[in-house]
Amino acid sequence: MANLSTWGNRLHSGEKTYPIVGQRRRWFMVSAVLMTLAVLLLVFVRLNPGIDFRGGTEYTLPGVSNPDTAIAVDVVAKALPTEEPRVAVVGGDNIRVQLGQLEQAQVDSLAADLADAYGILSTEVSSSFIGPTWGQDVSSKAVQGLVIFLILVTIVMTLYFRAWRMAVAGLVALAHDLLFTAGIYALSGFEVTPASVIGFLTILGYSLYDTVVVFDKVKENTDDILTQHRYTYAEMANLAVNQTLVRSINTSVVALLPVSAILFIGSYLLGAGTLKDISLALFVGMAVGTYSSIFVATALEVALRGNEEKIKDHTAAVLELRERGDSDVIRPDGSIHVGALNPGRHQGTTAQPRRKGRK
Amino acid sequence: MVREPFSSGKRRNRVSSAVSGARKSLTWLASLLVLLFALLSVGILTNQTGATPGLGLDLAGGRQIILQARTTDNSQIDPSDITQAVEIIRKRVDASGVAEAEISTQGDTNILVALPGNPDQATLDLVRRSAQLQFRPVLLVGDPAPVPTTGSVVTTTPTPTPTPSPETVTGATPSPSPSASAAGDAAPAHEVANVKTGLSETTSATPSPSPAAPDPATPATPTDPSDIAWVTEALFAEYQALDCFDPANLAGVPVGDPDAGFATCDTTGSAKYILGPVELTGEDIDTATAGPETNQLGNVIPGKYQVSLSFNSAGSGKFAKTTERLYGLFQTGDTTRDRFGILLDGVVISAPNVERGAITGGQASISGTFTLDEAQLLADQVKFGALPLTLDVLSEQVITATKGQEELRNGLLAGAIGLLLVVIYTMFQYRALGAVTIGSLLVAGGFTYATITLLSWGLGYRLSLAGVAGLIVAIGITADSFIVYFERVKDELREGRSLAAAVEHGWKRARRTILASDAVSFLAALVLYLLAVGGVRGFAFTLGLVTIVDLVVVILFTHPVLALLARTKFFGEGHRFSGLDPRQLGRDTMYKGRGRVAGPETSALTLAERKAAKARSAVDTQDKE
Repeated sequence: MANLSTWGNRLHSGEKTYPIVGQRRRWFMVSAVLMTLAVLLLVFVRLNPGIDFRGGTEYTLPGVSNPDTAIAVDVVAKALPTEEPRVAVVGGDNIRVQLGQLEQAQVDSLAADLADAYGILSTEVSSSFIGPTWGQDVSSKAVQGLVIFLILVTIVMTLYFRAWRMAVAGLVALAHDLLFTAGIYALSGFEVTPASVIGFLTILGYSLYDTVVVFDKVKENTDDILTQHRYTYAEMANLAVNQTLVRSINTSVVALLPVSAILFIGSYLLGAGTLKDISLALFVGMAVGTYSSIFVATALEVALRGNEEKIKDHTAAVLELRERGDSDVIRPDGSIHVGALNPGRHQGTTAQPRRKGRK
Repeated sequence: MVREPFSSGKRRNRVSSAVSGARKSLTWLASLLVLLFALLSVGILTNQTGATPGLGLDLAGGRQIILQARTTDNSQIDPSDITQAVEIIRKRVDASGVAEAEISTQGDTNILVALPGNPDQATLDLVRRSAQLQFRPVLLVGDPAPVPTTGSVVTTTPTPTPTPSPETVTGATPSPSPSASAAGDAAPAHEVANVKTGLSETTSATPSPSPAAPDPATPATPTDPSDIAWVTEALFAEYQALDCFDPANLAGVPVGDPDAGFATCDTTGSAKYILGPVELTGEDIDTATAGPETNQLGNVIPGKYQVSLSFNSAGSGKFAKTTERLYGLFQTGDTTRDRFGILLDGVVISAPNVERGAITGGQASISGTFTLDEAQLLADQVKFGALPLTLDVLSEQVITATKGQEELRNGLLAGAIGLLLVVIYTMFQYRALGAVTIGSLLVAGGFTYATITLLSWGLGYRLSLAGVAGLIVAIGITADSFIVYFERVKDELREGRSLAAAVEHGWKRARRTILASDAVSFLAALVLYLLAVGGVRGFAFTLGLVTIVDLVVVILFTHPVLALLARTKFFGEGHRFSGLDPRQLGRDTMYKGRGRVAGPETSALTLAERKAAKARSAVDTQDKE
């Protein structure tokens, strides 16, 4: 692990720098292309709504000894000839039957018929009936929650960072993550269930959480930016991204590990269900969230700040100083060394050795 | 609690403020944990709660119905209406004997009914049925009835001008009716009189068939709704058998044939009634409000409360007819049949009499010995019954116990695997520091377990599958605050601080970041919890809970432990496997002292030296020329 550690050191000291902010146009292009793709997918391929959004009836028959979907099709054809059931085997020995809207009496009697046909007790059959408006209800609540959350979080971030541009950049990164995740859903045809909606909503929190950590470092690095003339705002922000790179990677790995565990268990042992749906949305969203907090959020923030008069003047002053050769940040090979702004600053009496025997 | 970890290590004599602060924090944490677990053990030992948190329906098995309240005429639904609906469903379900049913509101108009086990069809029908409000004339009142709690009087609205208010436009006379002048009597006297009449006589009527009881030999056709002939022999037998001490009879019963007599109980169980056919229903009422009782001059009578009813145009006509007849009976001295029963869900919630004449204006008020709360409750009940409210089934899920257990088992398995992976990764990344992470995760786990179990005991919280998912996801978020912290400490080490200083300084900065990011996370959970429906709520709850636990643990455990560890030889001197080895962190290459930086690639010259060198080379080139 010494390698990653050394790499971290080099990133921290500025010895090794990835010009993420400098090449922001490239990353913006990448994101723009991905976003366009996502929108096109959402418009033309569309999301695949789960039964909760379509409305209908679903049965799950657990522990079936003979997982043959034809039996269920026959039973439904006999009891309700007009229905077209979707029958699937999930998780090895569970049969899932999905139907349209049924009357309550039909729901219970069909459950008994299905149980008989597969030779299990009718009390073991799980059924769910979802009215046509349930999914809408969930999604309208989710949208409502989303809007309120965004307003609140904009206020909180603006107050905390004292910079509305950071809030805006964070929100754009968030929208980026959500759109991308939705695009993946449209592309892959995964069913969108209320559990997926939970997943989407969690991405909100996670994406911003991740961005806040990076921005906090940006803020720290650029707090005194105008009092020095060695580095530009963009360079210090880029340093912040590089310095938090190890943390970002560690964080995403740690966050993704439990989620992948659920995803694995959910897909291989349970088939479909709440766990799988949540974790799938989270997996995609967290991965994209890490990408956006590294490559999109800070770069966007720098692009926004770049229009500010103070920052413009400062950048011009720094570059002019370098032009004149009055700056000590140019390496012999001509590249710029962006490092800690105040290495070895005077630490006052705290740096002095303490006298023994005194508290 | 780990108060002195690695006590074998060489410790300095000096106990700095950081160390004493760390010890204080750990003591706090220990007492907090001890308190939580002591509470929990008390609960377990006294058998008030189990050692595991209560499970939601999707894990324990049962039937979950989500109902949406909807008005057929698109009128507005108040939160108080939904509360009433929940109350009514709860009464019905409780009366049906289903234990531990969970009935709650979700969002503005949704009601979640969770019935454990496999409830029968009758119970399910009870839940789905909407409430019905009926006005039926009282024919017979009887025991059990020591003293009525709400002996009541109906009067016309005692507004200063007895003209009906404009919105209750009826074809009836807008001028004060004769009855209104009858209402000019002193109000308090009436109420007393009413309390006396209502039941003292009827009590005597119960043991044997009352004088007004039907004569089985002459089955007459009833002429008006107050006709005693509605009391058929079968109905009277039913009335005799009715046990109003049985809670099942007090909380929602089938409402009976609207065109026949009906025997039922008072909602308090203090009386039972035989009532005539339905004369008015909820559809005839506009609204009901509770307020202080006023006298004829519109002055508030202190300490007295009344419920004002306002009928719509159809209702006021019907009500005028009813009250006219009842007032006639009142004048003949009949103290039973001058009353009408207001029935919600087939149970009498109020049975006032009419003693100030027919009420023609569409405005009535019920006064009596109400407290404000009682008046408010009655008004809410009437208002709720007046709403054309239907309950649509949004979703209905049957989860078998085996399926729930399987999901729980797999969920816990996923959590265990996730935790293990996180542990392995942090050990790999942070070496011995990984142990601090694992310790913190364990403490966080203990905290979360105790809190959830206590909440499940105290507030009836139920852990759902989505909640379990929230807990698993939270492992990552909790571990992240440790990562932010450790990376900060490493940064400070790289800048050349000693470990003890790096821990303190890194903590100050990491704390800010952790607070900010946790605040965002908590905000997300809070908004989700307050607005969400269905499973989202359980998820948001655990997510928010774990965010708080994360803060507590990182402040009261992770940091203090690291501050103490920083003073041990193993960490303080930067052992190779401590994860905090300054040499591995490249400290040597950073700070050379005297304000000079020495990175391998940067020039080791200060700005002044470089300028001097430049000037020198300029001079050199000039010399050459």
